[in-house]
Amino acid sequence: MEERRTISCEAIADAVARLCIQANTLLPSQVRGLLCEACAREPYAPAKETLELIRHNADIARDQGMPICQDTGMAVVYAEVGQDAHIVGGLLEDAVNEGVRRGYTDGYLRKSVVRDPIRRGNTGDNTPAVLHVRLTAGDRIRLTVAPKGFGSENMSRLCMLTPAQGLEGVKAFVLETARLAGANPCPPMILGVGVGGTFERVAELAKEALVELREGPHPDPYYDALEKELTRQVNALGVGPQGFGGLTTTLSVRIKAAPTHIAGLPVAVNVGCHVTRHASAVL
Amino acid sequence: MSAYRLTAPFQKEELAKLRAGDRVLVSGIIYTARDAAHGRFCAALDRGEELPVDLRGQTIFYAGPTPTPPGRACGAIGPTTSVRMDAYTPRMLHYGVNAMIGKGGRGEEVRRAIRETGAVYFAAIGGCAAYMAACVQKLDVVAYDDLGTESVKRLEVRDLPLTVAVDSRGVDAYEQGMQAYREACEKA
Repeated sequence: MEERRTISCEAIADAVARLCIQANTLLPSQVRGLLCEACAREPYAPAKETLELIRHNADIARDQGMPICQDTGMAVVYAEVGQDAHIVGGLLEDAVNEGVRRGYTDGYLRKSVVRDPIRRGNTGDNTPAVLHVRLTAGDRIRLTVAPKGFGSENMSRLCMLTPAQGLEGVKAFVLETARLAGANPCPPMILGVGVGGTFERVAELAKEALVELREGPHPDPYYDALEKELTRQVNALGVGPQGFGGLTTTLSVRIKAAPTHIAGLPVAVNVGCHVTRHASAVL
Repeated sequence: MSAYRLTAPFQKEELAKLRAGDRVLVSGIIYTARDAAHGRFCAALDRGEELPVDLRGQTIFYAGPTPTPPGRACGAIGPTTSVRMDAYTPRMLHYGVNAMIGKGGRGEEVRRAIRETGAVYFAAIGGCAAYMAACVQKLDVVAYDDLGTESVKRLEVRDLPLTVAVDSRGVDAYEQGMQAYREACEKA
């Protein structure tokens, strides 16, 4: 049998701990870029002032190693595991949770997870993480930590449209979600839109669109045009930064589509705030 | 736009002068409380008990900071979404709370309770928690320590930048702001 590359649970936990801190203190360059563009474009003076303070806050966080937002989120972790890699020293899931525990404790991050959704009770260490595992080619593991705050998560919505509702139905649902969110999710938002798949897959697609924050235009010109149109339409709502009016209600709308059933047109909108964040590492 | 410097706790008379959309810098004493603490406050009031901290005349900041790192007065801090507290707010205002700090709009029942009691709802910018941490000079946990970040904390703040989101007459700066933006667009 050929030699397989081994990756220890200790290395996985170390990486996750480091990524939890990095993601919460360092705004991704894509989001920073979108904020700068929005600042330059915003015509309404009070809104521009708010956007500048938001940008200034990200600089303070970076320079002082402070969390950008006090809601350091529930830790959503993506592990893309090369199927030729061999994980040793324990279970992947335990290693990820150990990393979250260490990162949130050593990094002075907020513990925002309750043990039971109805009976509540803080777990005290921000575990468990929400872990998504995917097998990929090769012998490496790519880890992405995407802390998700609930001011924005709470405004996310999912709908099983019918095929007859089509493109117009999708557009109306995205706009309705942005309008209902109003000032609550700390606009300017980033909207991750999932279209297709099944009930659970469409929610994942929406989340992936937010986390991946693709650089450059959508590879499919149809969805590229739709992203741009939806961005324009959401910004025409006039909600503005923090909901006090302005052009910048969303920094960007990102769509991820997938095949679906002949009878269905699932759509999900995962609302992200202006601190939509993630950090990745390859082991 | 008028700018005020205010000291918390506030007098109802000075709150009455504020208008929706005013920008203010708040210094003084405020208390943090969010979902879990509000649940306990209202349960205590239902039982006819005193609250563990006397909040009559005081200001509640809907916030749960990150743990305080060494050498600082407070961790990252900022407002959470206020509408989740709406279920408790009329009760808290009639009990005697003077002012609230959070983010996002409030429901009609809260606006009515604000009008009835002469309270004010301020909005802080969400997601500017590294900036706001520097406004906190002292932090003490004063109740419900077991709740962790959701415990009730007494904060001494200096120049916390806020916007009057609902003034004591019940006028809503969110509705007003969008309207003002649309008018500015039409002029341009």
